[in-house]
Amino acid sequence: MKRKRSAGDVLFHTLNYSFFGLFTITCIFPFYYLFINTISSNDLSTMGYITFYPRGIHFDNYVSVLKIKGLGHAAGVSLYRTVVGTLLTVGASAFLGYLFTKSEMWGRQFMYRSLVVTLYFSAGLIPWYSTMHLLGLTNNYLAYILPTIIAPFNIILVKTFIEAVPPSLEESAALDGAGYMRIFRSIIFPLITPILATITIFSAVSQWNSFIDTAWLMTDKKYYTLQYLLWRYLNESSSLAALIKSAQNLGAVNMQNMQTPTSVRMTVTMIVVLPILLVYPFFQRYFVKGIMIGAVKG
Amino acid sequence: MSVPATHLAKHGSAASKPGRRLPNKYKLFLMALPFFIITFIFYYLPIYGWIYAFFDYIPGIPLDKTPFVGFKWFRTIAENPTQTQEVLRVMKNTVAMSGLGIVTSFLPVIFAILMTEIKTGWYRRIVQTLTTIPNFISWILVYSIAFTLFSVDNGLVNTLLIKFGFIDEGINFLANNNNVWLAMIAWYWWKSLGWGAILYLAAITGIDQELYEAADVDGASRFRKIWHITVPGIMPTFFVLLLLSIGNFVNNGMEQYFAFQNAMNKDTIEVLDLYVYNIAFSNNFAFATVVSMLKSIISVFLLFLANGMSKWIRKESII
Repeated sequence: MKRKRSAGDVLFHTLNYSFFGLFTITCIFPFYYLFINTISSNDLSTMGYITFYPRGIHFDNYVSVLKIKGLGHAAGVSLYRTVVGTLLTVGASAFLGYLFTKSEMWGRQFMYRSLVVTLYFSAGLIPWYSTMHLLGLTNNYLAYILPTIIAPFNIILVKTFIEAVPPSLEESAALDGAGYMRIFRSIIFPLITPILATITIFSAVSQWNSFIDTAWLMTDKKYYTLQYLLWRYLNESSSLAALIKSAQNLGAVNMQNMQTPTSVRMTVTMIVVLPILLVYPFFQRYFVKGIMIGAVKG
Repeated sequence: MSVPATHLAKHGSAASKPGRRLPNKYKLFLMALPFFIITFIFYYLPIYGWIYAFFDYIPGIPLDKTPFVGFKWFRTIAENPTQTQEVLRVMKNTVAMSGLGIVTSFLPVIFAILMTEIKTGWYRRIVQTLTTIPNFISWILVYSIAFTLFSVDNGLVNTLLIKFGFIDEGINFLANNNNVWLAMIAWYWWKSLGWGAILYLAAITGIDQELYEAADVDGASRFRKIWHITVPGIMPTFFVLLLLSIGNFVNNGMEQYFAFQNAMNKDTIEVLDLYVYNIAFSNNFAFATVVSMLKSIISVFLLFLANGMSKWIRKESII
């Protein structure tokens, strides 16, 4: 079915496309700007001469920053909490979201309400810290995983999604004698993959980005995450630059590309951002597809 | 939705052998119990820590060797003028930031509606991918970017402004007490707009396409279709999110404000969550606990308010 394009249509589309173009540039330009500054000659970058394209391209910044002790280990810790934490919370949210659609469950309302209330209610920072301490979750890798298993918002999303699934599917399986576990595994789980993709992203992002738990719970360096290291570098980048400078073989280094607090800050930022920039576009394609398929089915 | 589920349960229990198995309602309860215990440990057990509010607690000294002071810390909020002013200032910031957030919460709705009007597939995919990226980086990284763009000596914005002769000397955008609230909401939407729209995009794709086809047959204009089909289709999602944000009015979270705070903007950036962190960090554990307690109580009150509104407007409960 084709409609004639009126002048109003053309104007609307021009404005609409331009708006999205501009906003997209606003979102992405800062990353580009950071990147060209990290690969440009450091003396030009420090004076703010690098605006739209790189000049005096070199990769010394990355080489020096990657030599920082502990960066690789911290990346491993970040990866661990993102992967393990996300798998557990997505599994738990899917199962619990399903259970909460069963109105015949004993104590359902009480359990569901006490879960929802936690979205608005928290005892506070100090009580939380002392509980974690009591449970032995300070300087402990489990501290990144256990408290995140229950994610109330994700459970609500799954529950709402399952409620929209036609009950006839479940009903006929129940008539065939399938138990709750069986119905969950073979009927509900395949149907809710779009929402599971969504909550996977929710939890992976919040795991990757967390740093305040590290700040409070971990005193031993081996538990530090990449985000926490970045935060420390942002606050200590001048001392860090000195550290790197002293580690460098001064004779071999090009004076234009001496590490400065700015170059270290930008390079570390780029290193923490890069995995997201590289992985996300692929991840996002499946995620959006999942939503679309779910919508067509529904 | 509970009606078909009950219906289903009757069939389910009829199919299982009577007397030999645990009734379904307890079976379901036992399946959920381990998760409920985890919830209790990490969300409700910490409440015992509220006792710190009633002691002159100093970290490192056991509580039983610490003087019990009753409601002393609570009273300082009302009785100590400096403290009163401090709390009022923080409350003002909290209300301003949350208020701005709620007033602008329609932005992702418009963003999503306009995005569905992009009919060029590849362009839409690029826009969607690139505008959601900022949501995936932490506030620490956002601050690092903000610093790179707006810092006083070699930030991009100052460099350009000086180059084109608008100013002679760099403006310190970040260490500045002016327009902090607006700057914070702007950064918030820079980070969250593309992502916030995704929920609505999903809601829009969930709308029955036949409605649009029928409207096309009737010769409805673009705006009529948006107004009469798309908007009503995503209103339930919008209302739920709006009510949730009312319930969370005093919980701004702290990462954004924590990342952007400095000595110059502390007065206008300190929201309740950040304030608790800052006083806890200066080792005033007792007063930090008092503020957390009051915050939780206000929060629960607002939640019931939002729920009451939901029951009244949508005839449906959000909890």
